Amino acid sequence: MAGNNPTPTEYIQHHLQNLTFGNHPEHGWSIAHSAEEATEMGFWAIHLDTLGWSIGLGLMFMLLFRKVAQSATTGIPGGVQNFVELMVEFVDNSVKDTFHGKSKLIAPLSLTIFCWVFLMNLMDLVPVDVLPTLAQKIGAMFGADPAHVYFKVVPTTDVNATLGMSLSVFALIIFYTIREKGVSGFIGELTLHPFNSPNKLVQALFVPVNFVLETVTLIAKPISLGLRLFGNLYAGELIFILIAMIGLWQLPLHFTWAVFHILVITLQAFIFMMLTIVYLAMAVEKH
Amino acid sequence: MNLNLTLIGQAIAFAFFVWFCMRFVWPPVMQALQERQKKIADGLDAASRASRDLELAEEQANETLRESKEQAAEILEQAHKRSNQMIDEAREQARQEGERMITQAKSEIEQEINRAKDELRSQVSRLAVVAAERILESAIDEKQHGKLVDKLAEEL
Repeated sequence: MAGNNPTPTEYIQHHLQNLTFGNHPEHGWSIAHSAEEATEMGFWAIHLDTLGWSIGLGLMFMLLFRKVAQSATTGIPGGVQNFVELMVEFVDNSVKDTFHGKSKLIAPLSLTIFCWVFLMNLMDLVPVDVLPTLAQKIGAMFGADPAHVYFKVVPTTDVNATLGMSLSVFALIIFYTIREKGVSGFIGELTLHPFNSPNKLVQALFVPVNFVLETVTLIAKPISLGLRLFGNLYAGELIFILIAMIGLWQLPLHFTWAVFHILVITLQAFIFMMLTIVYLAMAVEKH
Repeated sequence: MNLNLTLIGQAIAFAFFVWFCMRFVWPPVMQALQERQKKIADGLDAASRASRDLELAEEQANETLRESKEQAAEILEQAHKRSNQMIDEAREQARQEGERMITQAKSEIEQEINRAKDELRSQVSRLAVVAAERILESAIDEKQHGKLVDKLAEEL
């Protein structure tokens, strides 16, 4: 849909490019007109579509839940309240099953992760060309070249979004570890496992080995957490794009893949939530 | 696919949403849930208490019914006894009255007989005197023979 009759490669690339706003070395603060410009902007750029959709969906979730929370009755719950209570109880049970420490943060954190990630994933089910085309039309109204209006609807197909969340979780893991076990406990966890010895000298030799191993383990947590979500959704989105290129026959295929994807997006949201709880439970529990 | 500021923006948005959820969403919903749980528990409690009360009340009602039946039976028995007693008393009274009347009648009859005997005696004596006068055809001095006649009359 980019420009006039794009080649398949152009079409796919166009779909996988975020709407980037940043500080270009030559053009200053502006919206990137191509993937190259976006790359040249380096770190000081933001993806307007990712942030816009994720914050928009997050606000939607917050407003809906807040509205229900405000009018929550202890009597017979209505339709929306039923749904919200279902979600809350489901998350609460998941947290109680896994996380045995005391924390006011974990349960709301898990609820937010599950609902927010689910909503962001859900955008995957909107046919791939609908919103980008709409964005191009709106862009054209403001005088932009439609070929250069990039629009990626699903925030979780942006590695920035998933890593942004998983790194926040990582910060919480470190925070909880230090809060429960102290700085020495945290360092001890990094250096005294998995190899230890009663002999002080041998132990001293083990420390660097342990440190390397445990650091890798620690770093692997947020990276795998973020990349798992990103990879699943990115692959799913890519297949939607591929299906969208085959003409009329895309309809049954698209339908089939979308039905399958309902499972994937729910599962990925659940996995992200569960792993967050598990990691935080590991951080809090004593060995 | 490039890592950029979006990552930090997303982290900030994430933190904000988690804070919002923790502050404004989770507590009221949880509170509502817990309150409803408590309400339901209370309701079930009250129901079981009510059924227990009902059982108790039924038992009490049965007890009262039984007691009143017993009382009624007792009262009935007493009444029977009393009526029997009254009948006996009446019978006794009637018997005594009858006896008394019989005694009285007997004494009256006795008196009548005595009086009749006296009358008869005096009349017989007078008749004897008259008969003797007739027989003797002579006037007997009543004063002279009065003693004799009285003696005769005594012997009758």
